[in-house]
Amino acid sequence: MNQKHQEDLAHIRSMMERSSRFISLSGLSGVFAGLSALIGGLYVYQLFKINGVDYFGQGGYDEGGYDEVVRTIPFKLVSELVVTGIVILVCAFVFGLAFTIRKSKKYNLPIWTSATKKMLFNLAIPLTVGGIFCLSLLYHQNYGLIAPATLLFYGLALINAEKYTFSDIKYLGYCQLILGSISLFFIGYGLVFWIIGFGILHILYGLIMFKKYK
Amino acid sequence: MGIIDKLNKDFESRVRLGIMSVLMVNEWVDFTEMKTLLNITDGNLASHASALEKSEYIAVKKEFVGKKPKTSYQVTPRGRAAFKEHLSYLEKLMKS
Repeated sequence: MNQKHQEDLAHIRSMMERSSRFISLSGLSGVFAGLSALIGGLYVYQLFKINGVDYFGQGGYDEGGYDEVVRTIPFKLVSELVVTGIVILVCAFVFGLAFTIRKSKKYNLPIWTSATKKMLFNLAIPLTVGGIFCLSLLYHQNYGLIAPATLLFYGLALINAEKYTFSDIKYLGYCQLILGSISLFFIGYGLVFWIIGFGILHILYGLIMFKKYK
Repeated sequence: MGIIDKLNKDFESRVRLGIMSVLMVNEWVDFTEMKTLLNITDGNLASHASALEKSEYIAVKKEFVGKKPKTSYQVTPRGRAAFKEHLSYLEKLMKS
C-alpha cells in the first residue's frame, strides 16, 4: 500500500514537471552552441587580423584611441561580421534543435507543448528588443557596445524563461549579465567577453546539465 | 475513520492523478496535449475526463478551431481543493 502511494506521489510530481516545463533541452545543445560561438569568435579574430585591426596589439587602442579604430573599420568588415554572427546563430540553433529532438525521442517527451511555447515566448521578448537595440547600435556605428548588449539581453532572456524550463538556466543568465556588465567598461575587448560568454560559458553549462540530467 | 479511508476514491486511478496534476500547473490544456503528456489512448482519456467532470473537479470546454472540434480541460476550484486535500493525505501517509 505504502509503495503505491509513494509511486502516486512520484507520478504527480513528474506529471506536473513534464507539463509545465520544457525539459527536452539537452545539455549537448549547450555544448555545441558554445563550440559554434567559440569557432565563430576565433574566425572573427582572424578577420580582424586580416583587415589590419590588431586586436591585442599596442597600436590599436592606445595610440589612436577606440574612436580612431572604429572610424577605420571598413564597411566590408562590418558586413562580414554580421554574416558570421548569423551563421553562428543558425549553427547553434540547428544543433540545439537536433539534440533536443534526440533527447525527447529517447525519453518519449512531447516537444511542442504549451510549456515550450511559453518558454520560447518569454525568451523571445528580451531577445527581440535586444536585437533591435543592436541593430540601432550598428546603424549609429556604435560597434563597441554591441558585444556587451548581446550578452546583457541574452542574460535577461534566460532569466525570463527560467519558469518554463530547467530553472538552472537562470544561473547561466546571471553569469551572462555579470560578464556583460563588466564588458561595458572594457569597450574594444567585446570579442573576448563575447567568446567567454557565448562560447565557454555555454560549453560549461552544457556539460554540467548533461551530467546532472542524464 | 482511518486516514486511508479519507483518500479520495475519485483519484485512485493513475490516469486521473495525471490529469489533475497537469491541470494544477496549467490553465487550459487541450485533449491532444493531455493525451501525449499522459501517453494514453483517446478512449482512456475521454472516459477518465468525463468521470472527473461528473464529480465537478474539471471543466470541459468544446469549441471549433476552423472545422476541427477542440476539447480543453481546466481544473475547477472544487477540484483544486479536493486534489490538494488528497495530496496532503498522501504526504501524511508517507510520514507515518
